[in-house]
Amino acid sequence: MPCIKIENLTHTYFPGTPLETAALQDISLTVDQGETLALAGATGSGKSTLVRHLNGLLAPTAGRVRILDGDVADKKFRRQLWRRVGLVFQFPERQIFSATVHEDIAFGPRNTGLAGQALSERVSQAAAAVGLPEDMLRTDPAELSGGMLRRAAIAGVLAMHPDILILDEPGAGLEPRARESILQRIKELQVSQGTTVILITHQLDDAALYADRLALLKKGRLLAVGPTAEILSRCDLLDEAGLEPPFTVELTRRLAAAGINLPKTPLNPAEAARLLAVML
Amino acid sequence: MLSGITMGQYLPGRSPVHRMDPRAKLLAAALVVPAILLAGFWPAITAVTLWLAVVSGLSGLRPGVYWRSMKPLWVLLLLSFTMQAFFTPGEPLVHLGWINISEPGLVQGALLLWRLGILLVVASVITFTTTPLQLTNGLEWLLSPLIRLRVPVRELAMIMNLALRFVPTLFDEARLLLMAQQSRGADFTHGSIRERVRGLVPFMVPLLTNIFRRADDLALAMELRCYQVGAPRSRLTELRFVAGDYAAIAATAMLLVFVWGTRLMW
Repeated sequence: MPCIKIENLTHTYFPGTPLETAALQDISLTVDQGETLALAGATGSGKSTLVRHLNGLLAPTAGRVRILDGDVADKKFRRQLWRRVGLVFQFPERQIFSATVHEDIAFGPRNTGLAGQALSERVSQAAAAVGLPEDMLRTDPAELSGGMLRRAAIAGVLAMHPDILILDEPGAGLEPRARESILQRIKELQVSQGTTVILITHQLDDAALYADRLALLKKGRLLAVGPTAEILSRCDLLDEAGLEPPFTVELTRRLAAAGINLPKTPLNPAEAARLLAVML
Repeated sequence: MLSGITMGQYLPGRSPVHRMDPRAKLLAAALVVPAILLAGFWPAITAVTLWLAVVSGLSGLRPGVYWRSMKPLWVLLLLSFTMQAFFTPGEPLVHLGWINISEPGLVQGALLLWRLGILLVVASVITFTTTPLQLTNGLEWLLSPLIRLRVPVRELAMIMNLALRFVPTLFDEARLLLMAQQSRGADFTHGSIRERVRGLVPFMVPLLTNIFRRADDLALAMELRCYQVGAPRSRLTELRFVAGDYAAIAATAMLLVFVWGTRLMW
């Protein structure tokens, strides 16, 4: 069942001036309830502009965006959309402002009207979901490491219990282990809670591991959308989008060039190893 | 809030005016301003208007762009016109109750309107065709004689450069923060004054933190490149006057002499 329906969405910044730029052009896309969709594209391809239409920050210049049961063109609906669509910005730790981690995570749910015991429980739950130890909740955010700060910032959005969770490059600038741990936990959340997840990334390795479907954007246009494995196996599309193929796809390509054809394109290193072991 | 063209915005281009040496542009402006203020008779007014038509034509920007940049100021222009028209003594032409509009009043008003308009367009030509960096470089050169009087011209220019460089970055940062906190339900537009001030905390605190962190990083980066206050510095691109720059300055100087001449002759 689709929970997001985008039809011919166009967005233009600064219309009618010499600085006019078409950030999005004629994008049509649906997202199903409970799936993880990865949104990939080079810098300036319109990924961030696209998702800002999904939680009410931007209104379309042309076209329609339907989310859950409402239309984004409706100002009243758009104003309230933040309660149901959580958006984690790039480098979200830069938005932390409170004296304790607990206070910062509580900011969003408190704005939804939660208070007291229920609020504390929400905060603890969200912290646990991203792997933030309970005792860190009482500390000053300035004392946390980059990875822990990122977790705290993501927890701040998770604590609002959004139906749809959008993450803009959640792993950017983190060491590989922290990045993997964060993405893994978000995947678990999607599976256990049925949350719809939209993951913006320009690292296709992340998409390969965690996304059910993959959409490629290029200069504000939708280049392709489909099951992750299907899109990733088409190197021509990845080249056109200006993206590097994930490790396993590149491996398959090089093996094929050397005369070794894998039966299918593996999406993670473990699967690649298994396929190779069978062939040996 | 952040849309549309404003005065002072740089509009990239490759026109002859864009490529002129910023120092030449500033010198030409310094010459044309007295010409505008001195012009009071038809030949001088025509000459200055023609000069501006040529310059703005050479800038490669459509007249509409200049027109729109002046729009926010039309109240000011209209006000100065009416003040002149109403309060210049002379033979009344029109009676509106206690208000007299005289012919000299209308002429003076129109002249003032023309002067202000021309001055605004001159300012627009410069800011539309010159990057802030070029502009500060030009200013630094023009003010460099003041170094002898111990005015820290180079440092002032550096401060101006850094400020101009970081204004758009900070705007971006503020916009992102605003959106991020709105996404968590922050409300900056409703409630009592007390609530609104409290509502600003989630916005102002990270903004200031990020600004200070950026300033820290910048200071470190400059130190690592051996920046020293007061030390002489070389430039990546040296400014060099070419024939066109001399021609532009000469033409503007001639305009000034002509305007002055008409003033003396009449």
